[in-house]
Amino acid sequence: MAEITYLEAIREALFEEMERDQNVFCLGEDIGAFGGAFKVTEGLQAKYGEQRVIDTPISETAIIGAAAGAAHMGLRPVAELQFIDFISCGYDMLTNYVATARYRAFLPCPMVVRGPSGGYVRGGPFHSQNPEAAFLHTPGLKIVYPATAADAKGLMKAAIRDDDCVLFFEHKYLYRRVKDVMPDGDHVVPIGKARVAREGTDVSIITYAATVWKALEAAEQLEREDGLSVEVIDLRTLLPMDDDAIVATVKKTNRVMIVHEDTRTGGIAGEITARINETCFEWLDAPVLRVTAHDVPLPYSPPLEDYVLPQVRDIVTVARHLARY
Amino acid sequence: MDLPAHPFNSDATLTPPVPADPSSVRSRGVHADQLTHAQRLELYRHMRMTRTLEERLVALYRQTKVVGGLFRSLGQEADAVGSAFALEQRDIMSPLIRNMGSMLVKGATPLEILRQYMAKGNSPTRGRELNIHFGDLVRGFVGQISHLGDMIPVMAGIALSFKMRGEDRVVLVYIGDGATSTGAFHEGLNFAAVQQVPLVVVVENNGYAYSTPTGRQTAARSFMDKAVGYGIAGVQADGNDVLAVYDVTRAAVDRARSGGGPTLVELMTYRRKGHAEHDNQSYVPDGEVEWWAANNDPIDRFTSWLAEHDGVSPDELAAIDASVAAEIDAATDAADLSPMPDALDALVGIYGDPATLPPHWYREGVRKAVEQHERPASWGTHDG
Repeated sequence: MAEITYLEAIREALFEEMERDQNVFCLGEDIGAFGGAFKVTEGLQAKYGEQRVIDTPISETAIIGAAAGAAHMGLRPVAELQFIDFISCGYDMLTNYVATARYRAFLPCPMVVRGPSGGYVRGGPFHSQNPEAAFLHTPGLKIVYPATAADAKGLMKAAIRDDDCVLFFEHKYLYRRVKDVMPDGDHVVPIGKARVAREGTDVSIITYAATVWKALEAAEQLEREDGLSVEVIDLRTLLPMDDDAIVATVKKTNRVMIVHEDTRTGGIAGEITARINETCFEWLDAPVLRVTAHDVPLPYSPPLEDYVLPQVRDIVTVARHLARY
Repeated sequence: MDLPAHPFNSDATLTPPVPADPSSVRSRGVHADQLTHAQRLELYRHMRMTRTLEERLVALYRQTKVVGGLFRSLGQEADAVGSAFALEQRDIMSPLIRNMGSMLVKGATPLEILRQYMAKGNSPTRGRELNIHFGDLVRGFVGQISHLGDMIPVMAGIALSFKMRGEDRVVLVYIGDGATSTGAFHEGLNFAAVQQVPLVVVVENNGYAYSTPTGRQTAARSFMDKAVGYGIAGVQADGNDVLAVYDVTRAAVDRARSGGGPTLVELMTYRRKGHAEHDNQSYVPDGEVEWWAANNDPIDRFTSWLAEHDGVSPDELAAIDASVAAEIDAATDAADLSPMPDALDALVGIYGDPATLPPHWYREGVRKAVEQHERPASWGTHDG
């Protein structure tokens, strides 16, 4: 079978789930005839009609709120945000309404909020964001952020079938850059399970999304130049976090770094570090270190963006430091 | 009679939104005319229940048996009851804090409301939410959240599901004068209008949002006028005339049901108590509350109408009042005896899967942590 891209994998998941379940529908800005700003939903409206692939006004609060209401009634909405940066416009609806509905009112919100995320694309401050940490702090939401095409498809199918709201971050740098042959049959990747992207014994890199690929590139370089065996853990799901996978890699290598593209302060790396500290402090041979973006809005110009975001050379530098510690 | 200085509009020269002679109540059209005698008495009972139950809650609040704040709808019973009465059982409604009456119409019970206010473990939300923030899709009402305006998009989504599935059902959502200033109100109403979903938005203009008079909330002449900007129908009615409220809401519900899209219904009423029980209403001009109590009380108006136009005797109403009081007494006793929640229930049901969260280890002592967290063999003795 032919390889398909990360973007095509998400589209394939949408087609398959809409075909499988009449309750699944999509809504968002310009997703219908136009097929979405990145063409993720291309062809969906032609096949399933305007009732199930709904073009909405520019209203993130209404998109998310209406999805919640429809979800209460047993539908399974997939809401596209044109860029995930605009999720902040629906922050109130997500955190106060959607995330609390099951707990306070016994009204589940089986819905997906998805959108193109992340940098390395010269998108500037408002088309490059990674706002996942803002929602990690909200009980009631689930967060996934795949790195591979196969996971993008399998996690999208799992997210649509999940009985709670799943924030589905799609890395736009990966949309057309990574490919996989899709596994046969009904390919569903369970939410809450990390993946060992590369086995190793000397240093662990815990990461997710586009920086999985940076970490893998760094691991190859470290093996080639230093003879280091680097393990790369791709979290895939950020909430609920796969603590077992984190603990397992800490116990295996005893030297851990966390890499993410998001800014440092208050970022997810801090949370993972705290969990390691609480659960397997005695297994560490070195402090847990972070490689992240600098704490600035992501600038547009290539020299600036490249400087702010974590690069392969940063991961190599920190891994060498950890190995020597 | 002279009207006092008015909170409704910034332009003092506008005609006040109440009848010049509030005692001259008439049924306002075909729908109200079709109500049966029994239905009119039902309206009366719901209004009386709303008022008497809130009075009981005040007593319980003063006895510190109400855990949180207490929110009254005194003087607004007609707008709450009359509008919800226009819905069918299968329709779905989302109330605001002054819509206890609407919830009673939709089947909420005094016992549920008392247990909610008293934070009981067998309250509809098992002690998770306050006051009348609860719902039941079977009876057709969805609990509000405190972030005003948010229920408009959510209820538009429920209405969208009815449209998508071709279900013959209507959604009604309440919003106050203050919450019309939110972005969610705009986004939700615009979305509903574009999608032509079966939604009725009832704006209860009671003159104040907490302490802020309506004239400081909007420069619009009326909320009804805003409908024009959304391309939907807009109507205004005397919110203290329960028959007029029923009539205008029923027309909007019928329009929605027949595919005519959303309607914005503005009901003019007056909030005679503060935002909540703690609020001393120091911002209200002298005499204003008293004027409304004396001249434009919705229950007094309806009582007069029933006597004059429906031949209802004082004895008949007294019997209803007694039955309401007895129901509240029984419910109060049952609520008082109800257990508080089991604390561990706090960790149940944040997700479908996992259904329950584990407690923090220190709630169960250091040994639990040692059991949970495997340590290297060389590691010491944290077992005491």
